[in-house]
Amino acid sequence: MTLLAFDWLLLIEKLILIAIIVFASLGIALYTTFAERKVAALLQDRPGPERAGPFGLFQPFADGLKLITKEEIIPGSASKGLFILGPGLAMTAALMTCSVIPWSSHVELFDRKIDLQIADINIGILYIFGVVSLGVYGIMIGGWASNNKFSLMAALRGASQAISYELAMGLSLIAVLMIAGSLSLKSIVDQQMAAGHLWNIAYQPLGFLIFFICALAECNRTPFDLPEAENELNFGYHQEYSSMKLGFYLFSEYINMIMSSAVMACLFFGGYDIPFLDESKLAVNTAAILGVLALLTKIVVFIFVFMWIRWTVPRFRYDQLMNVGWKKLIPLALFNMLLTGAIILWQQS
Amino acid sequence: MQALTKRKKEVSRKPMSFMESLYIPAILKGMGITFRHIFTKNPTIRYPEQKRPFSPVFRGLHVLNRDEAGRERCTACGLCAVACPAEAITMEAAERVKGEESKYREEKYAAKYEINMLRCIFCGLCEDACPKDAIYLSETVAPANFTRKGFIYGKEDLLIPNRNVELEEYAEAIGESRRRKY
Repeated sequence: MTLLAFDWLLLIEKLILIAIIVFASLGIALYTTFAERKVAALLQDRPGPERAGPFGLFQPFADGLKLITKEEIIPGSASKGLFILGPGLAMTAALMTCSVIPWSSHVELFDRKIDLQIADINIGILYIFGVVSLGVYGIMIGGWASNNKFSLMAALRGASQAISYELAMGLSLIAVLMIAGSLSLKSIVDQQMAAGHLWNIAYQPLGFLIFFICALAECNRTPFDLPEAENELNFGYHQEYSSMKLGFYLFSEYINMIMSSAVMACLFFGGYDIPFLDESKLAVNTAAILGVLALLTKIVVFIFVFMWIRWTVPRFRYDQLMNVGWKKLIPLALFNMLLTGAIILWQQS
Repeated sequence: MQALTKRKKEVSRKPMSFMESLYIPAILKGMGITFRHIFTKNPTIRYPEQKRPFSPVFRGLHVLNRDEAGRERCTACGLCAVACPAEAITMEAAERVKGEESKYREEKYAAKYEINMLRCIFCGLCEDACPKDAIYLSETVAPANFTRKGFIYGKEDLLIPNRNVELEEYAEAIGESRRRKY
């Protein structure tokens, strides 16, 4: 039997890559929960979890086991199909983002050039935006299907927050895209790596600041964790959830955090670029591995900053949130966009 | 209105400037404060392994005392039970018979002596009431237990080890800062 004219090896290669990236991001997310508790403890003069295993390193497994073995409850008045769909959607949307992130340049194995990126689509950043806005449906559907007024309120808050901050995020991004002239994350990173080019943060400090604030809001992290405001809404949109469904929601939040850190690293901090080092002089595989490590380091730093902010700043009030989003960040982003455009025009002429 | 204290502060009602309304300078300041806390020593005492030293006047678990010859001091007079505001103490008295002089100090002793640690409020009034210096509150905390019954401490739990016979147990029971001379 002849197979179709199709590069089957490419399929295998991509499947392996997908498996590695999905499991790696799940594993990192697992330890991000641990890191969150440790960072919180550090900032609050406590030791944090330290009983399970050396330095408490088995704590995430204990937490996971606890979540899995808990009783699965679906409220009688809940819309059952949607109730189950909610966490799945949140998790899927969170994991789908990782497909366009360039984890590193490429490796050469078995005479093949393997890109360390699942799909280098030319509208990578648009794709990310699309998927991230799908993630809001996870929150919305979960809150709606619970048939609980607090969950619904939280879901509404989550949706309105995500919509208002996505605008400013997109506007701040346009300035970066004007510099890069491409929507593909890989070419944006390559451009920053090119000789004579600085990282985009050097050209877009204001843009980065706006993007970062919006990323916090998109990940529902403090100070923008209104959908999970415990003291106002009991628990937020996942109030009726138990067991691993709840775990999925909590987990997807951490994966979102990792992915937005990765996107920020790619857009503003040179992705897998190692500063002051010319990667093209190294062997291809070494450069690729070093690149992965560089990107991971940047992600870890971002995650630390996320946590640092979480354990410093109290939650915004709803009107403050809307004021900051619509009246402050959007005008700033527009200004940034105009300024960038003007400078680019001035340089060209 | 005249201020009662000198701590009065005028609250500024000025509308926020643009930078202030972005909250960024204030947030950065706060982050600086929390960052400093990474390097501070944390005051945690890891409890079961590490124990906090109590002051000598701490009122913890009760101890039934013995005299220099290792005889029980308690004469079951019941004054501690009367003094107890939580009614946690019960006892039964018995008469000392011939040959028990080395066990009990006086002619009457407590055959049964129970303190319910769930009722006890650790006020130390029993210690005050005791005319024989037989009961005092030590520096240990009542440990957790799985049953209610486990919190009813009998004489075997309360009685201090005999200093002349069980030297090590006695040293442990008396605690690190020896405050009683007998």
